[in-house]
Amino acid sequence: MRPRSLFSSTASAENLLSAEQAKALATRILGMAKADETRVVIDSGWTGNTRFAGGEITTSGESNDVSVSIVSTIGKRRASSSTNVLEDASLRRTVDLAERLAKLSPEDPEIMPELGSQSYAPVRSFIDATANLGAETRAAAAKRVIERAGETGHAAGDVFVAGYLEANAGTRALANNKGLFAYHRSTDANLSTTVRTPDGTGSGWASAGARNWSAIDPAALGARAAQKAVASRNPTAIEPGMYTVVLEPQAVADLVPILGGAFNARSADEGRSPFSKRGGGTKVGEKIADERVTIYSDPTDAELLASPFDQEGLPIQRRVWIENGVLKNLTYSRYWAQKQGAQPTGGGGGFGGGGFPGGLKMMGGTKSLDELIAGTQRGILVTHFFYIRSLDQRTVMLTGLTRDGTFLIENGKITKSLKNFRWNESPLFMLNKIEEIGKAEPTSAGQVMPAIRAKDFNFTSLSDAV
Amino acid sequence: MPTNRRDFVKASAAIAAVAGARAAFGQPAPGFLPNPPSDSVVDDLALEALNAAQAAGASYADARIGRYRRQFVSTRERNVTGVNDSESYGIGVRALVKGSWGFASTSTMTKEGVGRAAQEAVRLAKAANAVQRRPVVLAPVSPVKGTWRTPIKRDPIDVPIEEKVALLLAANEAALKVGKVRFVNSGLQLLREEKTLATTDGTLVTQTYVRVGPQFSATAIGDGDFQSYNEELAPRGSGWEYIESLNMPGNAEKWATLAAEKLSAKSVEVGRYDLILDPTNLWLTIHESIGHPTELDRAMGYEANYAGTSFVAPPEKYIGKFRYGKDFMNIQGDRTQEDSLSRTMWDDEGVPADKWLIIKKGMFNDYQTTREQASWISSLTGVKKSHGCSFADSWSSVQFQRMPNVSLLPGDKDIGLDDIVAATDKGIVVKNRGSWSIDHQRFNFQFSGQVFYEVKGGKITGMLKDVAYQSRTPDFWNSMDMIGGPKSYWLGGSFGDGKGEPSQSNSVSHGCVPARFKEVNIVNTGRTA
Repeated sequence: MRPRSLFSSTASAENLLSAEQAKALATRILGMAKADETRVVIDSGWTGNTRFAGGEITTSGESNDVSVSIVSTIGKRRASSSTNVLEDASLRRTVDLAERLAKLSPEDPEIMPELGSQSYAPVRSFIDATANLGAETRAAAAKRVIERAGETGHAAGDVFVAGYLEANAGTRALANNKGLFAYHRSTDANLSTTVRTPDGTGSGWASAGARNWSAIDPAALGARAAQKAVASRNPTAIEPGMYTVVLEPQAVADLVPILGGAFNARSADEGRSPFSKRGGGTKVGEKIADERVTIYSDPTDAELLASPFDQEGLPIQRRVWIENGVLKNLTYSRYWAQKQGAQPTGGGGGFGGGGFPGGLKMMGGTKSLDELIAGTQRGILVTHFFYIRSLDQRTVMLTGLTRDGTFLIENGKITKSLKNFRWNESPLFMLNKIEEIGKAEPTSAGQVMPAIRAKDFNFTSLSDAV
Repeated sequence: MPTNRRDFVKASAAIAAVAGARAAFGQPAPGFLPNPPSDSVVDDLALEALNAAQAAGASYADARIGRYRRQFVSTRERNVTGVNDSESYGIGVRALVKGSWGFASTSTMTKEGVGRAAQEAVRLAKAANAVQRRPVVLAPVSPVKGTWRTPIKRDPIDVPIEEKVALLLAANEAALKVGKVRFVNSGLQLLREEKTLATTDGTLVTQTYVRVGPQFSATAIGDGDFQSYNEELAPRGSGWEYIESLNMPGNAEKWATLAAEKLSAKSVEVGRYDLILDPTNLWLTIHESIGHPTELDRAMGYEANYAGTSFVAPPEKYIGKFRYGKDFMNIQGDRTQEDSLSRTMWDDEGVPADKWLIIKKGMFNDYQTTREQASWISSLTGVKKSHGCSFADSWSSVQFQRMPNVSLLPGDKDIGLDDIVAATDKGIVVKNRGSWSIDHQRFNFQFSGQVFYEVKGGKITGMLKDVAYQSRTPDFWNSMDMIGGPKSYWLGGSFGDGKGEPSQSNSVSHGCVPARFKEVNIVNTGRTA
C-alpha cells in the first residue's frame, strides 16, 4: 500500500488516515524494525485558516501533512526520528536512523519498557462540520464578524476589525511491537476577533473555541468585541495597587492552566516546586486553595473530549488535581510513578509532554458574569491577559498585562474604562483569595473555566497600550 | 504585480533556463536527505506549481519547497533524556488573484500533488477576494537565480551523536562538582534547512541555512529554597565549530557556581537605580522594545488580534519625527550579518538581503517591510523596494513580515562594562535573559535576568536576587546615557520568536554593547504571599 495514493485532493479533511490505514502503515513500518522495541506514532492532519485585519481578509491558508515518528529501544538505549516522506525507502531510512541513534546513545537508567496492548475509553471528538470548514465558509464567517462589529461599533466611527479563524482535523495512531495500538481523531475550531476604535483609544476582544464549529457564533463575537471597544474608549488612569478583580473566564483560562508545570511530582519530590514541603515530601493532602476550588482532567468529560492516551500509549484517566481546595494529585511519568509507588498520570514521559493530560476543567458556581459584577462594591473587570511570563518558580509568581477591555466596577456597575495594568501575581495566591466563582464555560476545545471574583490582585504599574 | 499570459510564458521559460545553471554563492549545498530529491526534481515541482497557479488564474504566484532536518539532544545530570532527529519535506504555494492572497501547502510531492496545492491556493485567494478592501500591490524586485549556504566549517547535523552527548555530559559532570548544585540540564538544538523559492517573476533560488542552539542550566537547592541559573549561550547561524568554541565542559563549573551563589544573594530593595545592562541581557530588550514595534504590519494593525499593534504608529507621525533615544543611539536592521540567525542572501520573496538604519542618531528612521508593505510608506521614506523581511518558518506556512537582525551599533568611545560600572555611583548590573514581558503596543515592559550585581561607588559590591526592571519604552531608551564601544559588542539571539496566526517561529539575532540607563524602576519579584 502507498498511503500517498489515498489522497485525492490536497486540502480537505478527507485526507486524514483512518484507523485501518494507520494500522496498515504502522505494520509496514514495524516490519522494517530490528530494535528490541519499536514504537510508531503516525499523525495526519489538516488545517484551514483565515486571517483578517482592517475589515478584509489578509491571508488564508490550508495545509495537510502526514508524519511518522519512530521510537527505537535497544537494551536501555532509546532514540527517535521522524519523517513526512512516506515512501518505503524513506521510512526504512528513518527506522534505521532511530536505531542507529539509539545504539549510539548512552544507557538510560530511567528507561521504561514499551507498553503492551491497552484499552481506551471511547472519546468522540471528531465533528464533520469542523473538518469540512472550507475557505468559502471561513470567508463568510469572517465577513459576518466584520459586518456585525461594524454595525455594533458604528457609534465610534469606522471600527478596525481584525481576527483569526482556524479549523483543525487530525488523527493520531500509536503502535508498537508489543501489541499496542491506539487511534484517536479529533477536530477543533477557534475564532477570535479584536475591534479597535478609529480614535485609537478603545479596543475590545472576544473569542470562542470548540470541537464543533457549529457551536461558534461569528456575529455574536463581532458584536461583543465591538461593544467592548466602544465602551473602553478614553480610559482613565487609576493608581496601581491591590484591587478586587472580576476575571472573565478567558482571563482565568490565561492563568490557571499555567499551574500545570508546577504539578510535576518529580520536581515536588526533588524540592524544586511550590508543592515541595520544607524538609522533604510534597504537599499532597494539604489545603492549597480556597475550599470552593476543584480542578480536574478527564478526556471523556463531554465538555473536554481530549485524547484518551498519551504519547506512550498510556490510557489517560480522570484525575482530580485540586478538590475542595486540597491538593489531591501530582503528575507522574511512568518512571517516577514506579519509583514512588504511585500511578502514572500520562503526559510525563518519553519525548516532550508535561502539563495536565486529558483536558482541564475548573468547576464553576451558579452566578453569571453580570451577577459577579453586580455583587462587586469596587473592583476591576478584566477581559483577558497578555504576555504572561514566570517570575519565580517557587511561588508560580507571574507577570503580565491586561488587554482589550479593562473596566472599573463601582457599586455593582461598570462605571469607567481603565488604562491597562501590568500585574505581578501568582495563580496559587489568586486561588486563595476567591470571593466568588461564577458559571464555568468552555474557553477553548478541551478547556472549561469559570469567571472568578478575587480580592487583592496585585497591579504594579500602568500601561499606555490600547 | 499583475502579469499577463505573455509574462507567464516568459517567467516559465526563464525558470526552465536557469534550472541547470545557477550562480553559486558560497559552497554548493549537498542535499541533506540521504536520498535527496535532486535540484532538477525540486525545480520541476516548483515550476509545475507556478504553472498550475497561473493556469487557475493567479496574477502572481510563488512556490517554496522546504527540506528541513532538525536534531535535538537533551540531558539531565548523568542521563540523556532525549535524542530526536526529524526531517520534513513539502511545498507551499502562494497565489495572488485580483489583489487577494491564497496559500496552500502539501507534503504530497508529486506533479499532481503540487498542482492541486497550487489550484487550492488560487481557490483560497478567490474566496478571500469576497472580503477585500484594498488590493495587494507588490514592490518591484529584479528576478534572481542562484544558490547560497550559511558558511560553516563543520555541519552540526553530521557530527556523530556520541560526540554531542559526550560534550553535554562532560558539562553536566563539571557542574555537579559544585556544592548544593543538584540538577543540571543541557541540550542542543540543531537545524539544517534547504529552501528553494520560485516566483512567476522569474526568480529561482536555493539556500541552505544552518543554525545551532546550545542550552545549559543548573539548579542549586538550599534550605527550603532553590535557585536556577541559565547561561546565555546565544544560538547562531553557525556550524559545530561555534558549539566547540563555547567550551561548555570547561565553563560549566563556573556557571553552576552562580546558581549556588544565588542562594545567598540579597533580595533587592525596590527603588530607582542606574541600570547597567550586559549585552547578554540587553539584546532581548532591543528585540521586544525596538524590534517588534518597528514591524510595519504591527504598526498597521495586521497583528492586532494576536501579538498586538505598535506605539510607533501611524507612520506619518513617526518616520523622521520621533525621538527614540539620544544622538548616539543607532539601531540597524541587517540580514547580512555574519553568524547571525536571520542572515540570508534572499528573503522568501526573492528580495536581496538588506541593511538599513531603523533608528538613526536617536530618531526613528524606517520600518521593517515586505514587498506588499513597501508601498504603504514609500512616500514617507522614499524607499520603493522591500527591505527583504518576508519569511516563513516552514514549507507549510505562508511567508509574512518577520524581524531581521536588529542591533544597537557600538558607540565611538571604546569602553566596556567595567568602565560603565566604574562610572556609576548607585546601580545594578543585569546579565542574561530572565523573565520578559511587554504590552501589546510595546510601551510597558518588565524584564529580569539570571544574575544581578549591586554597584556602589563605582564598584560591584555583591550579588542581588529577585530583580526586575520595569519601564516605558520611550522613557527607557531616552534615559540611556552610556554605551560600550566596538570591543564590547556581542551577538545574542533567539532560536524561536513567535508571531502571526497561525503562530510562526522566526530565528533572529541582536547585537549590542553594554549600556547604562538612568534612574530605572526596580521591582522585587520574590513575593511570598
